Amino acid sequence: MANDTVQKTVMVALALCVVCSLVVSTAAVSLKPAQEANKVLDRKRNILAAAGMLEEGGDVEELFSQVTTKVVDLRTGKFSDDIDSENYDQKKAAKEPLRSDELESADDVAKIGRREHYSLVYVIETNGQLDKVILPVRGYGLWSTLYGFLALESDLNTVSGLGFYEHAETPGLGGEVDNPSWKGQWPGKKVYKDGDAAIALIKGKVNPNSANASYQIDGLAGATLTSVGITNLMKFWLGKMGFQPFLNNLQAGEA
Amino acid sequence: MSNTKETLVNPIFENNPIALQILGICSALAVTSSLSVTMVMCLSVIVVTGFSNFFVSLIRNYIPSNIRIIAQMVIIASLVIVVDQVLKAVAYEISKQLSVFVGLIITNCIVMGRAEAFAMKNPPIPSFIDGVGNGLGYSIVLIVVAFFRELFGAGKLFGMDVLPLATEGGWYIPNGLMLLPPSAFFLIGFFIWALRAWKTAQVEEEEFKITANTSPVQEGA
Repeated sequence: MANDTVQKTVMVALALCVVCSLVVSTAAVSLKPAQEANKVLDRKRNILAAAGMLEEGGDVEELFSQVTTKVVDLRTGKFSDDIDSENYDQKKAAKEPLRSDELESADDVAKIGRREHYSLVYVIETNGQLDKVILPVRGYGLWSTLYGFLALESDLNTVSGLGFYEHAETPGLGGEVDNPSWKGQWPGKKVYKDGDAAIALIKGKVNPNSANASYQIDGLAGATLTSVGITNLMKFWLGKMGFQPFLNNLQAGEA
Repeated sequence: MSNTKETLVNPIFENNPIALQILGICSALAVTSSLSVTMVMCLSVIVVTGFSNFFVSLIRNYIPSNIRIIAQMVIIASLVIVVDQVLKAVAYEISKQLSVFVGLIITNCIVMGRAEAFAMKNPPIPSFIDGVGNGLGYSIVLIVVAFFRELFGAGKLFGMDVLPLATEGGWYIPNGLMLLPPSAFFLIGFFIWALRAWKTAQVEEEEFKITANTSPVQEGA
């Protein structure tokens, strides 16, 4: 068999690799702009959905024009101009030692390991008045880190909406975090009680007559660990290590 | 001409890659919880099996036999990456749900099995048709499985409500097991059963037969 000589083998392998890598890199490079646009659009859609502003058939870009993206320094709790919000990859920054801090295990209730120095927040203003603020949140559930957005009303204590855009919890159990009727409980709930983040998922259904009902959300049936994870991530991101200093500053008009 | 048709249609029921050859089960479990996602997955697999067979067959006379498996893998992997990139650009939502499973088409035994078994010995056009046929055979099983899983697991078809859920004021209490991958095992089992009841030629011969007891087991024996 002439095909089996060393020379021929190396030549065929080389030629095949060159042709295939050309095809793959052409596809990757030429489709990159469309993919990036999709990613940005998807993020915007999720932000709008969390704020309850996503309309069926509405144009995402047009709706998103009401939203201002700002940068918050999580260490000081103030707005910052140090980085450009346009090109900031928060997920990546959270993994880099230079751009994030390792969390003490006592502080790290959401089990995220590191906290980035800067976070993006999304602010919606009407006639110069703060209307809504949307905060990116994340935390560990059962199988995966849940990434989502929490939208607060202008009093910075009332939930306007919540949505997770990336997670890998069990479909039908923990995956019910995507269930619209479960998410429908969040708007109107209060997050702070006496200055502490109090909002939590409880076991079973919330008793509407309970004194704490406005701080409670129905637990996810059959998904205790996902429910605990969501309670913890709320506690973290609304707490002192999270956005609480920023929210206080914003309230006082000092952000 | 009838030969071409046979190459295309045979893998659908007569020689189904999942039901008879029992290949490609892994992705059949993973991506069948909703119909629209399944459809995209099926389309991707058809494209990959078709074209990988075509290209492998095209260069089959030049591939040294000692690196033939790697050569096939390179072609398959390149095609899969291209499909994955196209999905990310065109159908972003669905590609997010398919996540790694598009990439895992590379390891789908059907693709490689057909490249090795058919495309290495046949001209490009019949190979392409064989690939598409096997992709279709894979698809039909996935679509059947996804139909039942989405209908009974979520009360929906293509994301539209069919059975009103009890949690949303209807009467249907969804079967959560259907949304979990193991349910696909049961459904594929039923599919194979139904297929073999219809095409009895596919029933495997028993390897041995247990003889009936000639006499009752004696106590203490």
